[in-house]
Amino acid sequence: MALPTERPIPQAPPDGAAATADTKPRKRGRTVPPPTERIPVLRWARENLASSYFNAFVTAVCLVALYYIVPAFVEWGLIDAVFTADSHEDCRAASGACWAVIEEKHRPMFFGVYPYEEHWRLVLAVMIYIGAVGMTMIRRFWSYRILVPLWLFTLTSTLTLLWGGVLGLSAVDTTQWGGLPLTMVLFSGTIVVGFPLAIVLALGRRSHMPTVKAVSVIFIESLRGVPLITILFVAVNVFPLFLPQGLEFDKMLRVMVGMAVFFACYEAEVIRGGLQAISRGQYEAAEALGLGYWHTMTRIILPQALRICLPGIVNHVIAAFKNTSFVLIIGLFDMLTATTSVLQDPVWRRFTVEAYLCVGFVYFMFCFALSKYSHRVERWLSEDKRF
Amino acid sequence: MNEQTPDTNSNTAADTAAIHLVDVNKWYGDFQALIDINLSVKQGERVVVCGPSGSGKSTMIRCINRLEHHQRGQIIVDGIELTDNLKNIEAVRSEVGMVFQSFNLFPHMRVIDNLTLAPMLVRKMPKAEAEALAMGYLERVQIPEQAYKYPGQLSGGQQQRVAIARSLCMQPRIMLFDEPTSALDPEMIKEVLDVMVELAKEGMTMIVVTHEMGFAKTVADTMVFMDQAEIVEIATPDIFFTKPKNERTQLFLDQILTH
Ligand SMILES: Nc1ncnc2c1ncn2[C@@H]1O[C@H](COP(=O)(O)OP(=O)(O)OP(=O)(O)O)[C@@H](O)[C@H]1O
Ligand SMILES: [Mg+2]
Repeated sequence: MALPTERPIPQAPPDGAAATADTKPRKRGRTVPPPTERIPVLRWARENLASSYFNAFVTAVCLVALYYIVPAFVEWGLIDAVFTADSHEDCRAASGACWAVIEEKHRPMFFGVYPYEEHWRLVLAVMIYIGAVGMTMIRRFWSYRILVPLWLFTLTSTLTLLWGGVLGLSAVDTTQWGGLPLTMVLFSGTIVVGFPLAIVLALGRRSHMPTVKAVSVIFIESLRGVPLITILFVAVNVFPLFLPQGLEFDKMLRVMVGMAVFFACYEAEVIRGGLQAISRGQYEAAEALGLGYWHTMTRIILPQALRICLPGIVNHVIAAFKNTSFVLIIGLFDMLTATTSVLQDPVWRRFTVEAYLCVGFVYFMFCFALSKYSHRVERWLSEDKRF
Repeated sequence: MNEQTPDTNSNTAADTAAIHLVDVNKWYGDFQALIDINLSVKQGERVVVCGPSGSGKSTMIRCINRLEHHQRGQIIVDGIELTDNLKNIEAVRSEVGMVFQSFNLFPHMRVIDNLTLAPMLVRKMPKAEAEALAMGYLERVQIPEQAYKYPGQLSGGQQQRVAIARSLCMQPRIMLFDEPTSALDPEMIKEVLDVMVELAKEGMTMIVVTHEMGFAKTVADTMVFMDQAEIVEIATPDIFFTKPKNERTQLFLDQILTH
């Protein structure tokens, strides 16, 4: 057993020596519980609120700020607020918030200019959609046999409900779509089209084929440097000029593709970061086993890369959700624009703050749920896979 | 064994040779990593390659399954010449298994999935059959009980044995080992070497880059010493360890054996 001087110096393999450090078997099976703390609350407070003079100072400042803000907000939002009103006169009399504006205007806020008597279709569509998203989030249902039929059903049923024109439902043109359902359609479309495109662009940018690489780089770099609003403007107003006479795409579809492309350019760069973190050894092992390019990518490289950059991916997904409000440039009324237009009503325009708070809260709930969920997925992945 | 006749009308050596390297030269940019390499390995022969760091040992065996490409000379594996022809590369890779210093297991898959992946995707083997095959090889490397763990939950020695089993699942006729024990703690080296000795006994054609001279003495039919991108000496272990012809070989052996 002699290897001394000949032991390769660390520089030789990129991941050799480092790999072993992590690969020691993990000792489990500790049966004695750690000693419990007597006064956990005090201890928590000391550690988290006043661990240093600076920390204590920051805590004090925050407490003072809360002292001024919270009671004032409670007074305005709860104590002096009007929750239901027979007319706007009741609100004018009160000194607090007028939540009645939401009761009065929630239909145009959430459903836009969609025909009033058809709103039940939107409610049903939103419920189906949220149900499907909820099911997809549960790990027990993660199998193609469940998810593919589920989403085929969800897409056809929600789009049928929105579009109409069949099964005795009256047809509603996309220009009349609005509010929350529109936000959801645009968001889903952006992700469904944009995410695969992002993967293709990321792989293309790392391709050894010069043309594929060049096309990806030019695509990403040129579109990433342009504001979204410009891309949407081009998609709506300039793009049709290049189409042959008579051929026309739906305006909303064009906007959605514009959003998807914009999303894909950013996401592609995030994914590229993940791809770069995968060691050369993984590619070599796959090659040595005789796996081809696509098998190597789909089975070995991408699963690891996407897991590594999951936080960055979710970041842009959340941004894409909020970007849907840009549809206002083609005169579509998503939740935010619909609210703005509702508040043109001179009788209720004083109560914009309440209405916007409500819309903001809906946006927040979606984004917060998304980010919480991504944290949970990360935890699942690291629990299972220990890498 | 199906006898494949080489496309080249070469000498008789190539007919019985599993691996045949003729005047192989390789450059990394301007740096020449292999100079006029000539080596012939017969069916079932065990070759141990040693030499100082940076002498081109890894480069040479990585050329044999085309992880690196050579610029000049000929490499013929099981009668198939390695060129840019993708069909040939595919054919060679399905005959040749490789074990790396850093294991290179797929960390996001369980051990069993690491083993069945290539047989299922490349050989189109049904899942049940691939799993039976995988369990068979896990038993041969003595860790069937680890089949449903992730690589990160295993020790280094166990991981390297999984890596060997993974290569064997493709049922290769030739195995390449690039310093398979260099990344391991001393107490784990033996368990990996034992598996390799078993493999050698079964008649596998092997090229092993290693500095484990004990192992070399036990299994090697041929010793190869490389230095500065060249093969300096090829000899049987008897001659290699007692009276090597080249003084660079002697110097190297003195260094590693006195420690
Ligand atoms: N991808 C590469 N690009 C450029 N130079 C390289 C590359 N790989 C290896 N080299 C160089 O080629 C020479 C031979 O490298 P090789 O890895 O084959 O050596 P080795 O004999 O395996 O050494 P060790 O015992 O350290 O593993 C070294 O000088 C190395 O710096
Ligand atoms: Mg090496």
